[in-house]
Amino acid sequence: MHDKTLAELARGLAAGDFSSRELTSSLLERIKRHDPALNSFITVTGEQAIKEAEAADALRHKGEAGILSGLPLAYKDIFCTEGVRTSAGSKMLDNFIAPYNATVVEKLRHAGTVSLGKTNMDEFAMGSSNENSYYGPVKNPWNPTLVPGGSSGGSAAAVAAGLVPAALGTDTGGSIRQPAAFCGITGLKPTYGRVSRYGMIAYASSLDQAGPMARTAEDCAMLMNAMAGHDARDSTSVSRNVPDYTQGLDKPLNGLKIGLPVEYFGEGLAPEVETAVREAVRVYESLGAQVIDVSLPHTSMAIPAYYVIAPAEASANLSRYDGVRFGYRCEDPVDLEDLYKRTRAEGFGDEVKRRILIGTHTLSEGFFDAYYRKAQQIRRLIRQDFLDAFARVDVLMGPAAPTTAFELGSRADPVQMYLQDIYTIAINLAGIPGISVPAGLVDNRPVGLQILGPHFGEAHLLNVAHVYQQATDWHQRRPEIKE
Amino acid sequence: MQWEVVIGLEVHVQLSTCSKIFSGASTAFGAEPNTQACGIDLGLPGTLPVLNENAVAMAVRFGLAINAEIPEYSVFERKNYFYPDLPKGYQTSQMAHPVVGRGEVDITLGDGTVKTVRIHHAHLEEDAGKSLHEDYSGMTGIDLNRAGTPLLEIVSEPDMHSAEEASAYIRAIHAIVTYLGISDGNMAEGSMRCDVNVSLRPKGQEKLGTRAEIKNVNSFRFVERAIAYEIERQSEILEEGGVVVQETRLYNPDLDETRSMRTKEEANDYRYFPCPDLLPLMLDEAYVEHQRSLLPELPSEKRQRFVDALGLSTYDADVLTGSRPLAEYFEAVQQHCGDAKLAANWVQGDLLGRLNRDGLDITESPVSAEQLGGLLMRLADDTINGKAAKQVFADLWECKGETADEIIDARGLKQVTDTGAIESLCDQVITDNPVQVTQYREATEDKRGKMIGFFVGQVMKASRGTANPPQVNAMLKEKLDALL
Repeated sequence: MHDKTLAELARGLAAGDFSSRELTSSLLERIKRHDPALNSFITVTGEQAIKEAEAADALRHKGEAGILSGLPLAYKDIFCTEGVRTSAGSKMLDNFIAPYNATVVEKLRHAGTVSLGKTNMDEFAMGSSNENSYYGPVKNPWNPTLVPGGSSGGSAAAVAAGLVPAALGTDTGGSIRQPAAFCGITGLKPTYGRVSRYGMIAYASSLDQAGPMARTAEDCAMLMNAMAGHDARDSTSVSRNVPDYTQGLDKPLNGLKIGLPVEYFGEGLAPEVETAVREAVRVYESLGAQVIDVSLPHTSMAIPAYYVIAPAEASANLSRYDGVRFGYRCEDPVDLEDLYKRTRAEGFGDEVKRRILIGTHTLSEGFFDAYYRKAQQIRRLIRQDFLDAFARVDVLMGPAAPTTAFELGSRADPVQMYLQDIYTIAINLAGIPGISVPAGLVDNRPVGLQILGPHFGEAHLLNVAHVYQQATDWHQRRPEIKE
Repeated sequence: MQWEVVIGLEVHVQLSTCSKIFSGASTAFGAEPNTQACGIDLGLPGTLPVLNENAVAMAVRFGLAINAEIPEYSVFERKNYFYPDLPKGYQTSQMAHPVVGRGEVDITLGDGTVKTVRIHHAHLEEDAGKSLHEDYSGMTGIDLNRAGTPLLEIVSEPDMHSAEEASAYIRAIHAIVTYLGISDGNMAEGSMRCDVNVSLRPKGQEKLGTRAEIKNVNSFRFVERAIAYEIERQSEILEEGGVVVQETRLYNPDLDETRSMRTKEEANDYRYFPCPDLLPLMLDEAYVEHQRSLLPELPSEKRQRFVDALGLSTYDADVLTGSRPLAEYFEAVQQHCGDAKLAANWVQGDLLGRLNRDGLDITESPVSAEQLGGLLMRLADDTINGKAAKQVFADLWECKGETADEIIDARGLKQVTDTGAIESLCDQVITDNPVQVTQYREATEDKRGKMIGFFVGQVMKASRGTANPPQVNAMLKEKLDALL
C-alpha cells in the first residue's frame, strides 16, 4: 500500500479494497520500522491517527465519505496542530503544544484526512538541507549520506520513503520545490495568498507559502482542492474563486509556449542536472509544446534581495520567543535582560541567530534605506521580469536546484548553502506559483524540473506537470529501502 | 534673558471599539487579568492580525472633525522593541503613512481668545499590556487584557507656549473625541494619556531648544503641573548657563516633580518596517464621504449655535460645550424648562458646583436632566420661588423624590400667590410689629426702602417661604405707605 499514490489509495478506499484503519496502521508500522534511520518525523501521532481513521471508515460506511476521507498525510512541524507539539524544528518550541489548528490543518481534517504526525524541518524553516533542525538532520531515502533538502526535508523524505503518501510543506525561498527535487517527489508552491498562512509559524511573512508534497501532480491537485481559498483570519489571503484543480489535468499541451530563462542555465548549474532538465523539455516538445528562450534580467539580484527581506521579517517574527509567555525559558534568570539574552542564546540555533542578526542590522537606523528599501525595489523589478516573461510564454521551465542532493555536512559555508536556492527564491519574491516534478536520476540521485506560471496559474501548472507524468515514469521511481 | 516656552503634545486616545484592533477579544475595562487576551493578543506562534474596520472608521471621523487630510493610502508598520508586556516583540503602529494627515484644532483660552493648534498627523496603533509590580515581590506580573486595544495617537505641532494652552488643547481633544463617541475619554482609566514635549528658547529665536519628553501624563491637571515644573526646571538650568539634556522624564503627582527616565543615548532604535501581515489600507473618497455623513455636531458648531440660537454668552457656551455629556445634559434641561439662560445658570452653578464637591462626573449626576428641567420649569412659571428651588434641588440630589413636583407637593413649597392670603399675612405682620411701624413712619424716604425688608422677611417666615416675594413687597409698601 505504501507505494500507491493518493489517487490510487482513494480509489482503493472507495472500492473497499482496504480500510483507512488498515492503511493507517500499516503506514504507522512502516514509520516505526524505517523512520529511526531517516529521522523524517519529529512527532508521530499514532493513537490519534487510528481514531481519525476509524472515524473516516465509519463515515464511509454511512456513505458520507469525501474524496480525501481516510487518506493519511503528515504536516511539516511548522503547522499548528491542536493538542500536539508544534516545534518548528526548534528547541525554543520543544515544549509548545499548539492550542489551535492552522487553517490548512482544519480544512484537511474537515475533508477527512488522517494525520500521522509532524515532520522534521530546518529550524523555523531556515535552511536548504534540513541540517538546522534541533531534532537532528533528516537522511535522504535515496542515500542516507545525502541531505533531503530543506526546509521541508522531513515531509519530502517521508513521502519518498513511502512512510506517508503526501505531506504538507512550506516554501519561503524554495523549501517545497528543492527538497521535492532532492527526494524525487512532486511539490507545489502555490501563488502567495492562495493558501492561508493562519496557524503556520512565521519565518518571513511576505514570502511564506504552504503547499502540497506528494508523488504526483494529480495528488497535489487533490490536496489543493481542500487547502486553497480565502481565510478571514489571514489578511493577505486572497478572496478569489478556487477552481477544481483535478479538472483539466489531462488537457493536451499542443501549442504550449515554454520559456527557458537563460539565467537558469548558466554558471553554477551542474551539467548532469542541465542535461536532465533539457531532456524533460524535449519531452514537452514531443507533446506539442514550443520552446522560447527568455530572459529574467534581475535574477542575479534575487538572492541578495531575499537575504535582506526574509531576515528582516524574521527578526521581527521571532521576537516573540522571549521566554515570557510560552516556549523555552532559560534556568534561573537573574533579571529581565538575562532572561531575554539566555533564553534566546540557548533556544535558537546558529542559522536562526545569524538571520535574526542580519535582519536586525538591515532594519536599523542608517542601514534601512541601503538594504531594506533597496531590496524592496529589486523585488518589484523581479516581479516585473516575470510579468514580462508571461506576456510571451505560458510557463517557464528550469532546474529546481543547481545540483542534486549533496552530502550531509558538505556545505559548511552559509553563503554556499544560500546559493542552493538560486532558482527558487525569485519565485517567492514575485509571489508566483512553481512546481517541481521528478525528471531524471543522476547517480541514483533525483533531479527536479521546475515549472513556473503566472499568479493563480497553479491549475495550469498541475496540468502541465500531470501530462508530463503520464508520458514519463520518473515520478514512479522509488528509493531502495531495505524492508 | 526672556525665554519662550515651546510645547508639543502626543495624545493617546483609546478608541471605544468592542473588540481589539487586530483580534476579536473584548476591550472592556476592569476584567480579571489575562481573561481578555486571545492567542493573537498573546502573540502565539502562527497567529495573524486582522484589522478592526471600526477602529479605522473612528480614526477617519476624528480626522474629518479636525479638517485633516485623509490619505487614500496608509500603512501599518512594526515598531520593534523588547518588553515583557509587549507580546510579539513589536508594536503594530503607523509611521511613514498614517491614516490621518495634517489638520487643526481651535482652543479657547481663559480670556476668551481662540487659538489654532496645528495637528501634524494622527495614527492608529495597538496598545501593549500592563506590567504589575505591586503584589509581586521580586517578580513582575503581566496582564495582557489591554494588549491590542486600539489607540489613536494624535501628534500636535509645537504650537503651544504655556501650560494653560496645553491644557486647553487637551480639553479640546477630549471634547472632540467624546463628541464623536470614539472614546470615553476617561483619563483615570487610561483612555486618554499624553506625552508632553517641552523646550525653552530665547525669545525671538527661530531654532527650537532641546526638549524633554514627559511620558504618560494622565490628567488635565497633571499636564499643567508637569509643564509648569518642567518650565521652572529648564529655565533654572538655562539661566545658570547650563544645557538641557534631551531625555524622557516621568511626572510624579505625589511629589509634583518630573524625574529622568532615560536619556537619548539609551534610546531604542525601533527598526520600523511595513508589517507584512497587513495589506496597505486603501480608503477611497466614497468611504471618506460616508464617514463624514456620520459626524455628529462638533463642539465648535454647538458652541456657535448656543450663542446664536439660544442667546448664551460665549463664556457660558464654552463651558457648557466642554464635553458632549455636559452639552447634552444642558440641552435636555433647556428643552424641558424652555429657558436657556436659567438652564445655563443652574447647570453651571448649582449642578456643576455640587458635582465638583462630590467628585462626580456629569454622567454620574444623581439629578437627571429631566429632573432638573422639571424643577426649573416650576421656577420659571412661578410655582416656586428661588429659595424653594434650592430646597427642591437638594432633595432631588438626596433622591427624596422622583420629580420636582412630588417634592414641592410633599413639602408644601408651592408659592402662595393668592392676593387675599398674602394680604392677611401682611396685615398680621403690621399689627404684630408696632415699634417697627413707628420707626418706618418716622424714617426719611430713602431709608424706608431698606426698612421694608424686615417686614418682607417676617411675611416670608410666616408663609414658610412660600409667599411670592415681589408680591409681598408691593403689598407691604402699599399698606405701610398708607399709614404715613
